[in-house]
Amino acid sequence: MPTRLSRREFMRLCAGSAAGIAMSGLLAPYLAEAAEAGLPPVIWIQGASCTGCAVSLLNTVHPDIENVLLKIISLRYQPNVMAAAGDLAINEALFKTAAENKGKFYLVVEGAVPTGADGLFCTVGERDGKPITFTSMLAELASQAAAVLNFGTCSCFGGIPAADPNPTGCVSVPEFLKGKNITMINVPGCPPHPDWMVGTIAQVLLYGLPEVDTFGRPTMFFGRMIHDNCERRQYFDNGIFAEKFGDPGCMLQLGCKGPLAYCDASTRGWNNGVNWCVRCGGTCVGCTDPEFPNWTMYERMSELAAWPTISASADTIGLVLGAATALGIGGHLAGNVFAGRFKGKPHEEE
Amino acid sequence: MTQKIIVDPVTRIEGHLKVEVEVDNGVVVDARCTGTMFRGLELIMQGRDPRDAQQIMIRICSVCPLAHSNAAALALDSAFGIEPPPNGRILRNLMFGSNYLQSHILHFFHLAALDYVKGPDVPPFVPRYQADYRLPDAINKAAVDRYLQALQMRRKAHEMLAIWSGRVPGMQGIVPGGATETVNAQKIIDFKFRLAELIDFVDNVYVPTVQAVAEAYADWFDIGRGPKNLLAFGGFPLEEGPDHVAKKKFFPSGVYIGGKDAPLDPDKVTEQVKYSWYADDIAKSPTEAVVKPEPTKPEAYSWLKAPRYAGHVMEVGPLARQWVMGTKEVRALGDKAFSVMGRHFARAIEASQIAHAMDEWVMQLQPGEPVATPYEIPKEERQGIGLVEGSRGALGHWHKIEGGRTAVYNAVVPTTWNCSPRDDLGQRGAVEQALLGVTVKDANNPVELVRIVRAFDPCLACAIHLMTPDKKEIAQFIVG
Repeated sequence: MPTRLSRREFMRLCAGSAAGIAMSGLLAPYLAEAAEAGLPPVIWIQGASCTGCAVSLLNTVHPDIENVLLKIISLRYQPNVMAAAGDLAINEALFKTAAENKGKFYLVVEGAVPTGADGLFCTVGERDGKPITFTSMLAELASQAAAVLNFGTCSCFGGIPAADPNPTGCVSVPEFLKGKNITMINVPGCPPHPDWMVGTIAQVLLYGLPEVDTFGRPTMFFGRMIHDNCERRQYFDNGIFAEKFGDPGCMLQLGCKGPLAYCDASTRGWNNGVNWCVRCGGTCVGCTDPEFPNWTMYERMSELAAWPTISASADTIGLVLGAATALGIGGHLAGNVFAGRFKGKPHEEE
Repeated sequence: MTQKIIVDPVTRIEGHLKVEVEVDNGVVVDARCTGTMFRGLELIMQGRDPRDAQQIMIRICSVCPLAHSNAAALALDSAFGIEPPPNGRILRNLMFGSNYLQSHILHFFHLAALDYVKGPDVPPFVPRYQADYRLPDAINKAAVDRYLQALQMRRKAHEMLAIWSGRVPGMQGIVPGGATETVNAQKIIDFKFRLAELIDFVDNVYVPTVQAVAEAYADWFDIGRGPKNLLAFGGFPLEEGPDHVAKKKFFPSGVYIGGKDAPLDPDKVTEQVKYSWYADDIAKSPTEAVVKPEPTKPEAYSWLKAPRYAGHVMEVGPLARQWVMGTKEVRALGDKAFSVMGRHFARAIEASQIAHAMDEWVMQLQPGEPVATPYEIPKEERQGIGLVEGSRGALGHWHKIEGGRTAVYNAVVPTTWNCSPRDDLGQRGAVEQALLGVTVKDANNPVELVRIVRAFDPCLACAIHLMTPDKKEIAQFIVG
C-alpha cells in the first residue's frame, strides 16, 4: 500500500518535474487506489476544435494512454477513439452515461462554443431525428457534471476560432456557462501538454480541485513565466538576439511571446521531453494566454493587453507581469532597459 | 421499400461528420455526406500579418498539422519569392514524413480497425455495433495487442518529429524560408534510430496486420468503388528550384480520369456551393472565391464545398497517390484497388515507402549549414500557392497578399474533395458515390457505412475551415 502523498507534495511534484520524467507516472499506484471504487466516468465533447487537444492527450507518456484509458478513467464518450457511432454513441454512450451518473461524471470540453446562427455552425449528432447543436449539448451536460474540465485554449478562452472577426460567434466555455454555478478548471494550451491534462485529472481525483490563478488555470502548471525559465534567457540578459531563424540568441526580435506566457513548457519539455517551442529555434506564441492568438506571431511584442485592465509594451510587460506574480523578472528586465542593453527595434505603432 | 439510415456523428474520424443514406431492400440507393461544423479560419487570416498563416492555418486540423504547415510555408515562400536552403527543404520533409507515420498508424489501428477487430469490453471500446467480426480469436487478440502497441508507436513518431519541430501538435519548427532547428550529428542520429524502430513496426506489424484483416475481409476489395477519378498534387520535394509546383517530388503530381493518366493543371481546380450552406454568387477559383455562410439555405446540406477538377469528381489520398505514382502492388489490384481494403492497403504501403525514404533523407542533412532563408515581406500585391500531399490527400493553400497583409486565403483540402456534397451539376461527391450499392444488413448496426467512410480517413476540421467572405456581410449576419 503506497503512502499517500500530501496535496503539497503532489503540487511540488507536478510543478518540479523535469523534462523526460513526467510526473503522472509516479502516481499510478495512488490512482489505482482511487479507482478501486470504479473508474470515474468521463465524457469528452468537441465543439469548434481541431482535435489537437485529443491528439496531445494521446502523447501522454507516464502514464501512457493505455493506462489512462484502462486504469484511471472510464472514457465513455470521445468522438475520435470510441467504438460506437451515430445513435448508439449519442443515446447509449453519451446521454445514458450522463443520466446514470448525474453529478458524478467529469465533462471534458475541447473547442470553443459557436453561438452564432442559433448554434447551427456546429451540430454534433441527432436526437429524435433532430440535429443537436453543440451549444445545447454543452448546456445540458455541464449542468449534470461533477465538474467541467476545459482542455485547450479554445474552450478556456475562445482561442483561434474566436479570433477577430470571430466569424461564428465563438465564446469560451466559462463565458457560455457564466452565472450557472458550475465548477470549472481551465487547462489551456494550443494544444495543452498531456501532463497538464492528465495531471489535472489526477489532482481532481486524488485531492480535489487544484489551486488556480485569475484565469482559472492550475498554478502547478501555469504559475511560471516562460521568459523567466527559458534556456535562452542568458542571451536576453546579455543582449544577444536572434535576427533570423537558425541564429543563436533570445527569440524576442523574431516574435517570441515568452515574456507574457505562463506555463512550464520550458522546463517540462514537449513530446516526452524531446524538445520545446523555443529550444527548437522557434518562438513561444503565447498559446496558454487568454489573448492568444490576438497578436502578430512573428513580430517583436509591442503594445499588448497584459492583464484585463492593464496594457503594457514589450519593454515593460515583464515588469507588469513580474509584479503581478512574484520576484525575478521585474528587476532583471529593468536592469536591461536602464542599462541600455535591451536592443529593441523601434515600435512601428508608436 | 426504401428506408433512411442516418449515422450522426460518424466517430473515429477527425471532426464533425454525418452520413445519411437511403436503402431499398437493404441496398444503398442514395447517399449524403454532411460536414456539420464551420469555423471560418481563413476569414480570421484576412488583414493579418501574412506570416501568421504559419500559426493560424496549422490549427485548421491537428491530426495533420504538418500538411497545413508545409502548404502555408510554401505559399509564403512563393509569395515572398524565396526558397529554403537544402537543409530547410529536407527538415520540412522529415517533419512531414514523421507525421505521415503518426497519422497512418493512428488511422489504421485506432480509427479504422475497430470496425473489423473486437476491442476489450470496456469503454471506449463498448458500446459497439453488432457486426460480422470475422477474425479468429487468436488473431483478434493479437490485433488488440497491436492496437495498444500502435498507440506507443504513433506517440514515438511524434517524438521523432519534435526533434525538429519543438513540439507537436502546434509545431514551431517550420517558417517561411525553411525550418528553425539547427542540424548536428546528435539530432541526426537521434532521429535515425527512432526512425529505425518505426520502420520495424511499419514493415513487421502495420503492413502484415492490414494484410491479415484484408484476407479475412476479402469481399471488401469489391465494396466502396467511388468515382475512380484520382488527383494528386505531389509532395516531398527532392530538389532545389524556385517553383515548388514544378519540382521533382517523392510523390509525383498527376490525375487519373476515366481510365486515363494526365499531368496536373492546378488552374482546373474549382469549388462549387449549390448544395453547401453558402450564398450561390461566388467565384469558383480558389484564388478569388469570396463566399458568405447561409446556414438555412434550402436544398443545401453541408458546410463542405464541392471541389472539382475540370468538372470531375475526384478522390484524393493514399490510393490516389499510389496509383498516380504507379506503385506496382496497387496498380496490380486493378478495379479492386478502388475499394475499402484497397485504400487501407495503399495507405500501409505508403507508410513503409515514406519511412524508408526518410532514412535516406536524414543523412542528406548538412550539420552547420543554414536551415532558413531570410526575407522581407513584400509591400506590393503577391499571390502565393502551396501544393502538398497531406496524409489524407491533395492539399492546396492559395494566399493573396496586399500591402503586406493577407487579402485572400483559401485552403482546398483533402476531405473537401472526398466528402463533398453534390456539385452544381448534381454529381455526388466521392464518398457519396462509394456508398452507393452497398448492402446494409442491419439498419440499427450500419457497420458497412462506417467501414466505407473511414477507409477515406476523413478530416472534417480541415474540410470546413473556410473562407474568404465579404467582411461586412459576415458581420451583419452574426449580429442578426
